[in-house]
Amino acid sequence: MLLALRDVRKSFTTEEGPVDVLKGISLDLDAGQHLALTGESGSGKSTLLHLIGGLDGPDSGEIKVAGADIAHMDDPQLAALRRGKIGLVFQQFNLIPSLTVAQNLAFHARLAGRLDPDWNAHLTERLGLAECLHRYPEQLSGGQQQRVAIGRTLAVRPDLILADEPTGNLDEDTGDAVIDLMLQLVADVRAGFILVTHSTRLAGLLDRRLHLTHGRLQ
Amino acid sequence: MTGAGFAALLSHWRYRPLQLATLIVGLALATGLWTGVQAINSEARSSYARAAAALGQDTLERLQSKVGRPIAADRFVALRRAGWLVSPVVEGTLRLGRIRVRVMGIDVFTLPQRATPIGPSGNAGIADFVAGDDLVLVHPETAAALVDRDLNLRTSLQVAPGSLVADISSAWALLKRQDFDYLMVAPNQPDGLAPLSEIAPDLKRVAPDPQGDIARLTDSFHLNLTAFGFLSFAVGLFIVHATIGLAFEQRRTVIRTLRALGMPNRTVILLLLAETVFLALIAGLLGVVLGYFIAALLLPDVAATLAGLYGTSVPGSLALRPDWILTGIAIAFGGALLAVGQGLWRMARMPLLAPAQPRAWAMASLKNSRWTALAAAALLLTSLAMAWLGGSLLTGFLILGTLLLGAALLLPTLLILALRLGARMARSAMAEWVWADMRQQVPGLSLALMALMLALAANIGVGTMVESFRNTFTGWLDQRLASELYVSANSEAQAEDLRAFLSERADAVLPIRTTEVEIGGLPVFLYGIADHATYRNHWPLLERTENVWDRVADGDGALINEQLFRRGGYRRGDRLPVAPGWTEEIVGVYSDYGNPTGQVIVNHDKLMGYFPDIPKLRHAVRVPPEEASAVAEALVEELGLSPDNILNQADAKRFSLTVFDRTFLVTGALNTLTLGIAGFAILANLLTLSTMRLSQIAPVWAVGTTRASLARLEMLRTLALAVLTWLVALPVGLLLAWVLLAIVNVEAFGWRLPMFVFPMDWLRLLALAMIAAGLAAAIPVWRLARTRPASFLKVFVHER
Amino acid sequence: MSVRFLALLIVMTATGALAQGFAGLGTKSEGFSVPEPGHTLVFPDDHGPHPDFRIEWWYLTANLNDGNGTDYGLQWTLFRSALLPKADNGWSASQTWMAHAAVTTANRHFSTERFSRGGIGQAGVAANPFSAWIDDWHMTSRSAAGEDQLAALHVTARGLDFSYDIKLTASGPLVLHGESGLSVKSASGQASYYYSQPFYTVTGKINLPSGQVEVSGQAWLDREWSSQPLDPDQTGWDWLSMHFDDGSKLMGFRLRSRSAETYTSATWIDPAGKATAYGDGALRMVPGPTQRVADREVPTVWRLQLAERDLDITIEALNTQSWMETLVPYWEGPVIADGSHRGRGYLEMTGYQ
Repeated sequence: MLLALRDVRKSFTTEEGPVDVLKGISLDLDAGQHLALTGESGSGKSTLLHLIGGLDGPDSGEIKVAGADIAHMDDPQLAALRRGKIGLVFQQFNLIPSLTVAQNLAFHARLAGRLDPDWNAHLTERLGLAECLHRYPEQLSGGQQQRVAIGRTLAVRPDLILADEPTGNLDEDTGDAVIDLMLQLVADVRAGFILVTHSTRLAGLLDRRLHLTHGRLQ
Repeated sequence: MTGAGFAALLSHWRYRPLQLATLIVGLALATGLWTGVQAINSEARSSYARAAAALGQDTLERLQSKVGRPIAADRFVALRRAGWLVSPVVEGTLRLGRIRVRVMGIDVFTLPQRATPIGPSGNAGIADFVAGDDLVLVHPETAAALVDRDLNLRTSLQVAPGSLVADISSAWALLKRQDFDYLMVAPNQPDGLAPLSEIAPDLKRVAPDPQGDIARLTDSFHLNLTAFGFLSFAVGLFIVHATIGLAFEQRRTVIRTLRALGMPNRTVILLLLAETVFLALIAGLLGVVLGYFIAALLLPDVAATLAGLYGTSVPGSLALRPDWILTGIAIAFGGALLAVGQGLWRMARMPLLAPAQPRAWAMASLKNSRWTALAAAALLLTSLAMAWLGGSLLTGFLILGTLLLGAALLLPTLLILALRLGARMARSAMAEWVWADMRQQVPGLSLALMALMLALAANIGVGTMVESFRNTFTGWLDQRLASELYVSANSEAQAEDLRAFLSERADAVLPIRTTEVEIGGLPVFLYGIADHATYRNHWPLLERTENVWDRVADGDGALINEQLFRRGGYRRGDRLPVAPGWTEEIVGVYSDYGNPTGQVIVNHDKLMGYFPDIPKLRHAVRVPPEEASAVAEALVEELGLSPDNILNQADAKRFSLTVFDRTFLVTGALNTLTLGIAGFAILANLLTLSTMRLSQIAPVWAVGTTRASLARLEMLRTLALAVLTWLVALPVGLLLAWVLLAIVNVEAFGWRLPMFVFPMDWLRLLALAMIAAGLAAAIPVWRLARTRPASFLKVFVHER
Repeated sequence: MSVRFLALLIVMTATGALAQGFAGLGTKSEGFSVPEPGHTLVFPDDHGPHPDFRIEWWYLTANLNDGNGTDYGLQWTLFRSALLPKADNGWSASQTWMAHAAVTTANRHFSTERFSRGGIGQAGVAANPFSAWIDDWHMTSRSAAGEDQLAALHVTARGLDFSYDIKLTASGPLVLHGESGLSVKSASGQASYYYSQPFYTVTGKINLPSGQVEVSGQAWLDREWSSQPLDPDQTGWDWLSMHFDDGSKLMGFRLRSRSAETYTSATWIDPAGKATAYGDGALRMVPGPTQRVADREVPTVWRLQLAERDLDITIEALNTQSWMETLVPYWEGPVIADGSHRGRGYLEMTGYQ
């Protein structure tokens, strides 16, 4: 079992009082399994993803990644988890603006201490980024930027890849191309994959699909 | 619509109170330092004007002895009886306990109408002034220093500080005199009087001096202060410019909305302008208040400096004067408009839907860096050219200005080059990122770093100058004050007794004879010295002919001080017109620090031959050092000489060094304040950039770095930038010191000083710079370390 | 400084300034002598200064004409004021001196003043031979041996825009006012020693911006000294001296008071020099219409009545603007009399606010 969530709850304090975003989520994901997480805006799907990625902690419940409970990890442990086991792809601002595309692609893997130049070269080619290795992120199109983000994550070969609306800022054609490429590469590294999207069409491309409504899974 | 628009624009500050505070504090600090300096200048100038106007010296002619002798009392009466409207004045300095005062004796009965009003406060004591009670009028500050003296003091704000004004008879009692220094001549005289050339051929009429020697002499000092004030202002302006620019960019969304809703661009700009004016007004007022306190804090030291350097009296307390208050507010306006101008200009040309891009704003200055570097090079070349051509004090300050500005503009380019070099040497991904990230931080921080660089360079430059000066000065004092005792008599009879008394007790009694002559239209003091080893072995000569002392001893040559040498453009061997019908070859030049006027030294007998009337009162006395105080005591106890008439070498040296140290306290204080402002500039920049920083840092955090290590790196980066800036400031500061020593000092004071370097001071400054930068970075870093993950996450989720 | 400072410094007895400035100087008045009844004046000694009295003056006024019959008034006054009741000692200034000089025509009035401390020779008075001086101004006796020192005088003064040089010869004796020279100034007994030489004929030269004129006429010299000439409540005085065409002369004054009736006093001098003193109330002085002078209202026309001498005259100023623009300002100028007696004289008015 790659990922196991048990009765995960999370609420945020807003000006109108506490809002329960996640009201007891339980979920399992096997290694290499691809899961689509859909839901309306504000349904809590991004929050759930952040909890799984160790970017934030739950109020209660249990989140186990590869058997380790991340709900009780401290900052350095979480950072190590993000560095070595989990890859993240966001809707935007994935990339480090001060580094070139090449540096961005290698950054995460070097940080995790497992840079494989051959694998990186392979990724670069698969992602069609060879032309723009020495450019800076702001000089790339949205689709290119997202491909760099995907490349950077895959370079680490993480156990679990989490993507939060990775094509949200892209037009449909580009988005579909990016998702296709992503699914192929994720399959190549045999990583578990959770895609948060509001698009049922995209969700349909994945093995499993869960729908989140008002903080509960259906 | 306009009101609502204004409210919308202003609401920006409600969400960014820190930015607002930065803006106002920055502008207030800039205005404050400038105003403080101006307030000091204004106070000093008004006191010079008062001194110049004292007794109508600025408007009234004087009658005085052609050879500098006093005027006998009955000469005054004789001139009055001849119908001339003249009024006597006796002047002298007196040491009263801790302070030296200038005593002015006047005759209220004949004082011309234009002589400055001096009135005792209250009427009760008026008869006391002339009727034997020896009433003395003093500035309240002087009165405070004289409370323990047995004087019948009455305070008056119209008396210059450090001066005592009394009736002739009271002044005579204090000064132990019975004669006058000069007679004031009423501007209008009756017709038909016998000409003065007939009835007083030994007296000369001296034209009034509307400006006063003091104001002229101190011009350079005040130019100095003004230059530093301006530097501080410029540093402060960097802050304001950075903050306002950022505030503009951050409000693009609001402005875009306002314009989309149909508000004309013109109105938007006018509203922003109104906002600027409003903020400038608040900051200006704050700045003026701040300036007042800065000036009040520094004024006592400035007063001491001026007293030490020029013998002027400036009160240690500050009056509120409209001139500097108004210029303070005006410069706040000017500064704010200057800072906002660029933003408004861009705003006026901004397309309606230009996206809000805080980062683009930061990066835009990077694109400008090539132009900046070019401008910097041009400025530095101009500076070099001016140093080559040289010329005047103004050139000196222009050299300083172009050097500092050029170096400041070059700073970002130099930093980026250095960081690129660093990045190339990085081995780990993290190090690579840190270098790259620093590089991209440079444009946003460049203004603050420039401010820091300027402050550091000014510190190094001025510090080097002061320390070099002090080193030279200390050595020079040892040479110049070679005699153990300096003794003066009150009368020629007493002087005779003195010489007889000392002939058995001292190794040598060297006469000091002096008179004032005019060379090149300026007053110069002419000294006559006897040939003695004291001079031959010690006198600090900068240039000399081979047998210089023999020449002087033979009455065949003159020594002149460096000031006269430089001012007159003389060369060794030139003939100097000493007095009408008397020229003397320049056989040597000596250093004469701290003296604003020219000096000439000739053979004693030759001087007395030309000016037989010079009073023979002053003497330098050589005794074995261990006996000096015993001889001084004997002079007082056995000969009855007043202790005020004896100056002991050790005391003179101590006094001179004290004056010297106080002299540069002010520049030191201004430097520290400037450094403080630079620190604040960095804080301001870091704070305004910190929101932008999130998007830089969040991706790094997301891929597995802790907030704590990110915060550490953030601090390290700021410190590294401070160190790099210090490295650039070092050569700039040394160049600055060179310009100060070799150009500005020569033009301002007439002496050139050798340069010494003090590496320990540089390290101290490095520590200071790091502390300033560290403190400035502390708040943003602390905030970063405690940033909630949710804030990072927002970066990835929300459209910005 | 000089103006305000000296205004308080110099005790201006002859003018209203006295009434304002007097009290403040009282602190140092201990030790001054006071005029006493029964005292006999001795000449020439009493022509000289009396340093133990606080105030004293040598006060000359002249009514002159040039060859064309144009009227001129002329004034020369030396005031002495003591800060301490002792003779001068070098520059310590226990005695102070102030002098006024003026020339009046029908439409111009020239005036100037000088100051000096005593004891240094810049100003002073010597009784025998008589000489009074300050700077280059002087009033010097040119009397023949055996004559009174004031019987003939040479007087000069010089201002920025005028000067004069006159010679005076007395045709009558000195005249003592009041009781043998003790002139009482108030009901409460303030008094001064007061005598005059009213019988001068004058010749001399006056230099004005318009040129030099030869003048001749009559002059009157007052000598007065005291230590407490006015009651503190008295606010000013109106004094006059008249030369009537029949050779008789009149001195009269009126002291105005805040708290009491005005106090008058007069001396009638017949052509031979015989003086008759008249006490309070005998002389009536009634101010007529006022003129605007130096921003204040001053009566420049007066009606004078002295019933016992059948005198009922109106006097009128030659120049209503005879204002002394001096440190202590006052009105002083020539007047012309008409009515029961015709003549001319000098009027002095002080203390008008």
